[in-house]
Amino acid sequence: MDQFILQILNGLDKGSAYALIALGLTLIFGTLGVVNFAHGALFMLGAFVAVTVSNILTLSHKVVDETRTDFLGNPLQVDVPYLYDWFGQTAGDAIIDWAVPISIIIAIPIMVAIGFIMERGLIKHFYKRPHADQILVTFGLAIVIQEIVKYFYGANPIPTPAPEAFVGSFDFGVAFGFDPNAIIYPYWRLVYFFFSIFIIGAVFAFLQFTTFGMVVRAGMADRETVGILGIDIDKRFTIMFGIAAAVAGLAGVMYAPINSPNYHMGMDFLVLSFVVVVVGGMGSLPGAVAAGFLLGILESFASMSAVIDILPGINQIIIYLVAIIILLTRPRGLMGRKGVMEE
Amino acid sequence: MSKSNFSRRGVLKTGMVASAGLALPQYLRADAHAGFTNAPGDSEVILGFNVPQTGPYADEGADELRAYELAVEHLNGGGDGGMMPTFSSQALDGTGILGREVKYVTGDTQTKSDAARASARSMIEKDGAVMITGGSSSGVAVAVQALCQEAGIIFMAGLTHSNDTTGKDKRANGFRHFFNSYMSGAALAPVLEAAYGNNRKAYHLTADYNWGYTTQEAVQSSTEAMGWETVNTVLTPLTQTDFSSYIAPVLNSGADVLVLNHYGGNMVNSLTNAVQFGLREAQANGQNFEIVVPLYSRLMAKGAGANVKGIFGSTNWHWSLQDAGSQAFVRSFGTKYGFPPSQAAHTCYVQTLLYADAVTRAGSFNPCAVVEALEDFEFDGLGNGPTLYRGEDHQCFKDVLVVKGKENPDNEFDLLEIVEVTPAAQVTYPADHPQFAGGALGTCNPGA
Amino acid sequence: MLGLEKKDFRLLLIVIGLTMLAPFLLNPFPEGSEMAQFNAGYPDLMQRFVIFGIFAIGFNILFGLTGYLSFGHAAFLGAGSYGAVWMFKLLSMNVLPAIAISVVIAGLFSLLIGYISLRRSGIYFSILTLAFAQMSFALAYSVLTPITGGETGLQLALDDPRIFGVSQTATGNIPVPALFGLEMRSSFEWEVGAWLFTFNTGYYLAALFMILAFYMSIRIFRSPFGMMLRAIKSNQTRMSYTGLNAKPYTLAAFVISGMYAGLAGGLMASMDPLAGAERMQWTASGEVVLMTILGGAGTLIGPVLGAGMIKYFENIFSKINETILHGWFAFLPDGLENFVVAMIYPFIGKGWHLTLGIVFMLVVIFLPGGLVQGGQKIAALFKRSKPEDAKPNATEPAE
Repeated sequence: MDQFILQILNGLDKGSAYALIALGLTLIFGTLGVVNFAHGALFMLGAFVAVTVSNILTLSHKVVDETRTDFLGNPLQVDVPYLYDWFGQTAGDAIIDWAVPISIIIAIPIMVAIGFIMERGLIKHFYKRPHADQILVTFGLAIVIQEIVKYFYGANPIPTPAPEAFVGSFDFGVAFGFDPNAIIYPYWRLVYFFFSIFIIGAVFAFLQFTTFGMVVRAGMADRETVGILGIDIDKRFTIMFGIAAAVAGLAGVMYAPINSPNYHMGMDFLVLSFVVVVVGGMGSLPGAVAAGFLLGILESFASMSAVIDILPGINQIIIYLVAIIILLTRPRGLMGRKGVMEE
Repeated sequence: MSKSNFSRRGVLKTGMVASAGLALPQYLRADAHAGFTNAPGDSEVILGFNVPQTGPYADEGADELRAYELAVEHLNGGGDGGMMPTFSSQALDGTGILGREVKYVTGDTQTKSDAARASARSMIEKDGAVMITGGSSSGVAVAVQALCQEAGIIFMAGLTHSNDTTGKDKRANGFRHFFNSYMSGAALAPVLEAAYGNNRKAYHLTADYNWGYTTQEAVQSSTEAMGWETVNTVLTPLTQTDFSSYIAPVLNSGADVLVLNHYGGNMVNSLTNAVQFGLREAQANGQNFEIVVPLYSRLMAKGAGANVKGIFGSTNWHWSLQDAGSQAFVRSFGTKYGFPPSQAAHTCYVQTLLYADAVTRAGSFNPCAVVEALEDFEFDGLGNGPTLYRGEDHQCFKDVLVVKGKENPDNEFDLLEIVEVTPAAQVTYPADHPQFAGGALGTCNPGA
Repeated sequence: MLGLEKKDFRLLLIVIGLTMLAPFLLNPFPEGSEMAQFNAGYPDLMQRFVIFGIFAIGFNILFGLTGYLSFGHAAFLGAGSYGAVWMFKLLSMNVLPAIAISVVIAGLFSLLIGYISLRRSGIYFSILTLAFAQMSFALAYSVLTPITGGETGLQLALDDPRIFGVSQTATGNIPVPALFGLEMRSSFEWEVGAWLFTFNTGYYLAALFMILAFYMSIRIFRSPFGMMLRAIKSNQTRMSYTGLNAKPYTLAAFVISGMYAGLAGGLMASMDPLAGAERMQWTASGEVVLMTILGGAGTLIGPVLGAGMIKYFENIFSKINETILHGWFAFLPDGLENFVVAMIYPFIGKGWHLTLGIVFMLVVIFLPGGLVQGGQKIAALFKRSKPEDAKPNATEPAE
């Protein structure tokens, strides 16, 4: 029982990352009708915003420490961050410690700007082209983005820890009457879960309760009619692309402490997030979110050793197996609309 | 026209002077009687450095390439000579190999066996390489080793840790300097016993492919031999990035040690996740919960950051070793590149020197002569103490290092500290050990 | 001629000429010169050109004609190579049974996957094929290790129980794949002045298969069956209103292209007897999509060109390292030399992926018809007086 609850919890956490990425992907598909294979790259860029911010915060100058030697026997040069000089060591450390939360604020304008540039510079020219062309050009873009990141940051993962305050786990078991240590969960992952719920909620509220959102929803349903009404829908769609990019980027920033970012983390998530979107139903925002959580939970169950013992290798294929079953039984995914992407 | 199985362009490039617009009759070819693939000409010899340059191991490949360039420089008499003065065999004199200047070509394995073989074949067929070396995974090493056997080329393996490379997939033309899963287990067990006692229950997370299997088997059998119990072993997919669902049940499983049989990105993520779940501070069965990582590399330690602190693992070599050979290599590498070499760099450097030395002692580039010179060759002065290249399986037997993550590192390269240097005798096993069963070395193939 | 129109026959002759003369065409630079780096006329790469050419031609029959974008074709290539290597291990080192079994296995495998996946269209179809291929890869790499060799790939061993033929040669080595005693790896080398040309047995066998594959593809493109496939692409709904069921036709196209992939896999194993699981990964499927698009989807010759271009990048560009670059620009003053090398280096050697990505984007943006369209545009420049000839039928996109 406790194992079961633990894996549900874990699946919700995993699913929140899938849901965030799938949400952004669906926003772009639903509004612009573009299949964006570079969405994983946006997620990765978000994580590297966190890396960059922590690099900037630890910008250092060298101080020679005569008492110690380096590996060649020369006096050791110690890196001292400028922040130490300005604020003293304690305050400096505290700022560096909070690099990831600080990055969230910085990431929003950066990711929105990247989204704008992508949409105006490239995607815009592909609205009228076949979906295959959109997939291919964004796939090419994804390769280019990740190779550029690799050129500057290398191929090795870069540790980007969460603030000290969030290190460690919360013991749910004790709180709900189980044995200690039966159901524990790391604080930062809990933060991630609530953060993603917040973002998802914000996006839905924005679309549901603002005039802007209403116009966009109308545009999603029938672009031409909205255009005839004299509304500059293109501009709004550009903004939506920026928002989608920011959602992906924020998902990436917050993900950086969970797994050290590396240049191919976007590609790692790409296939998975497409499976999530398709399972949820192309163009359906609630579908994307529901499918994200669903697949996260199923993936967690499949990784339980009791399950693997019965079905060896099930943890390798569960996501794909679910995708196949859903697509064969529910042709348009869980909540898809008729006629989307079936030409 | 001449019939050959693999091209001999190395010769052609230098023997070109004679040809003047007409096809040369076969008897004029310089290598017509050399009797082996890619026999070098009189002035230069070409080595092939096949390392990952794209993909997740690209940084490791870059470090290997640095070591190769350094080795070539030293062989050709440049620089400070590195380990050449400390090497017990003094056959090398800085005039290249057998008086031929050492040239090299590079290729990208992409850490995929297909791509690695394509790259190796182009080195053999197009560039006339007489020896291939490098790589950063066992899958690639085994694939390229088999190719070199078929082509009649010597393969000096780079970083490959699976038992299979010199076990069931061993080949006569291939040689491994790096240690293996069995040695990791044998070296780690006594240290773990001393640190954590012999009343422990272990939980294994294992990468679901060949290397993972052999490593788990090795660690499991050597820890069980000293009294540990194995509670559970779970296989994790190679493509897994978030290990939370595998880590979460560990603490409540009755285990008090977690063994992560992971490498590269898998290890960085699984260790990071394990530390996130607070396993390092946790208590189980009345003891402190512990994590063990059988195979460490510096790049992985760098990727996992502060999470490695205090965690035991094994490694082939480390730059803080104090013997003359290691010191000379660190000085030479550090002066040229500004940071200390990794274990992959060390292995690749040493493999190049060992090959050059074997050719020199044999007096020939013929792979069969090289194999003969390397088999049962005993040497010292290349780090790791006195070393034997065993003839039966072409595996090196030398000291293995047990390390742990350093608590207060000085810089980004100073992440591991040596806990114990396990003497070679303790990690030596008979060639017919069950973990290495199956497969046969075969006979050397000179090709052509 | 051979049941082909004059234009198609001419194209076939061109392809035959190009493949037969490839050892000359791909080695334009003298040995030992600086430019020899760009020579591609060595057996391994020539073999890859034609083998991936076959793969792409087959993929194009599905994608170019019906518009169904499969992201799982690498699985058929992988299954084919496993079949071929098992034939080498169990039956004989003759390549013909190995190639035959690889085509059969890939055909059956694609029939199964195609039958299920073709119940959906559009991106749903793509995701289904992707899911099947990723499942194949994941299982082949892990739990199926006894059958597939897992991480290290399926290889020959010294103790294979070969029914026809020996387990080891007289010298104690593993025998090599051959066609009735003619070893696939054997080559004739011909020196002409400073040039060296290599004629490899395996290459010519693979080239022969590619010419056959190309001929078959022309026949399919020009047949009523091909017309039917095009009809599916242009408007499936209209087709079904006329009382035609599209499914058998698409399934046939899917299986045919799967068998092409199997043929490529069998040939790959014959040239180099090892089958690795990475061959089935979704990125490998993506690669054949790139090849087809880069060359020109729906054109006859395009996929072959695309395959050649990508393999050339992978094998030639990736081998240019910093030392070689410095060698090229050694004539420049030091500061300028370092600057030029620093500007170029990110794009070659270990940066070849970046260049590939950029080239690919440029092609998709400016030449939706691929390299073939580029060729036509250039040809049109020279033939401005007769614009109606600028679009030869043979290379017209299928739409």
